Amino acid sequence: MITKRIIACLDVHGGRVVKGVQFVDLVDAGDPATQAARHAREGADEIVLLDITATHEGRATLLDTVRRTARELFVPFCVGGGIRTADDAAQVFEAGADKVSVNSAALADPKLIDAIGRSFGAQAVVVAIDARRDPKAADPVRDAEVFVQGGRKPTGRRVVEWAREAEARGAGEILLTSMDSDGTRAGFDCELTAAVSESVGIPVIASGGAGTVGHFVDVFAQGKADAALAASIFHFGVSSARSLKEELAKFGVSVRLPC
Amino acid sequence: MADEPKDLRLLFGFKIDCKDRYKVNREKDQMSVTVIDYKAGNLTSVLKALRHLGVEPEVTDGDLSPVESAERIVLPGVGHFSATERLDATGLTPAIRAAIARGVPFLGICVGMQWLYAGSSEAPEQPGLGHFAEPCTRFAESTEKVPHVGWNSLEVKNGSRLLAGVEPGEYVYFTHSYKGPVTGDTAATTFYIEPFAAAVERGNVMGVQFHPEKSGGTGLKILRNFLSWQAKERE
Repeated sequence: MITKRIIACLDVHGGRVVKGVQFVDLVDAGDPATQAARHAREGADEIVLLDITATHEGRATLLDTVRRTARELFVPFCVGGGIRTADDAAQVFEAGADKVSVNSAALADPKLIDAIGRSFGAQAVVVAIDARRDPKAADPVRDAEVFVQGGRKPTGRRVVEWAREAEARGAGEILLTSMDSDGTRAGFDCELTAAVSESVGIPVIASGGAGTVGHFVDVFAQGKADAALAASIFHFGVSSARSLKEELAKFGVSVRLPC
Repeated sequence: MADEPKDLRLLFGFKIDCKDRYKVNREKDQMSVTVIDYKAGNLTSVLKALRHLGVEPEVTDGDLSPVESAERIVLPGVGHFSATERLDATGLTPAIRAAIARGVPFLGICVGMQWLYAGSSEAPEQPGLGHFAEPCTRFAESTEKVPHVGWNSLEVKNGSRLLAGVEPGEYVYFTHSYKGPVTGDTAATTFYIEPFAAAVERGNVMGVQFHPEKSGGTGLKILRNFLSWQAKERE
């Protein structure tokens, strides 16, 4: 039986793992290669590394980090942040990523999704969407507004409509972050996740707000998520993927218990 | 949280012994591997896993001599079936066919496995190798999402040498929309929408629909089985 994926996310800044609340107040949380290996060993189904600075000068650092992290990592490895062109993507793949996640650049030029998909296959293209509920919209959830530049800049795009376009252009997965929930540890936005997941035929990874095992149970059941991303829950020894999965199994969620 | 994984025993009836999954074997003499690059996706992950297991792969994207002298061949691949056209254009197809006939162990991964069949409805104009007579087809329409992405379990048939030692309850990573049918050559089935061939095996020709290079310790074990595959003693 297909299992629900638990994905460990490492936000990386200047070659170090960091974590903040709603994209600010960053704290150091370790070395990316060490953290990735630990998460994989403890049963994370996939590793996502997001370069949250993604400055031009930081590219060489990022590629070095990707190369070091990928070397002994034998689970799927996705890298995002600052990927603006198919060439940027090619460099990240060459460094050892299996997938790239694109966000701001795909909104600026949606053809980027088609271009990466053509060269590397749809399975290698994850479109990351940062969305915030829009109380002024007719449907605050389906019409949640999409933001770019790490949640700093509104785009006017609506979450369901953009996710569908991404799929039509050849995205293989959607990584959906609720900006309302991110960093709060108060639970995923299940309504937002379900709205997107039920509108597309590709897997949706829910992100933002994980704090307890129950939050994961909810986002798989009510949120219809195919996978869930967790960053803060894994850091500082709060929990491990293995203990999280053992708990999820008790709630009847189909998970891979790691070997 | 309990350290002792009691739930594993509850779920599978026994505890999987993981201790040898990441082992590296450098003692084998016949460890030369030729990896075919047909420009469908990136090879980095496959090469990395083979290096981890102690072999330095030789990569060819059209030069036939590494295939003609190959001791083992791996055909990776993610992406569209039409990319296998390059194997025909470069003359690699007949070279691979000859190597297989010589008894060289061959492993196709993902699209590389599908290429062993007659073809795929993903690119009907592009023939496969035809080593397995059937065609690959897309998952049937259903309420489930296609592509099939994620970790799924294997039902291994008795006698599979490629999957020897893979226990019930071990998972591997898939990402695909097309799949091979379940036949007498199927070495393992997986269920998603319907049962399909997760692995195929006949003599020295093997294929896996999943990605062993991305399937943790289980995947490395399967790759190690391939690297230590030897022809059976002739009678």
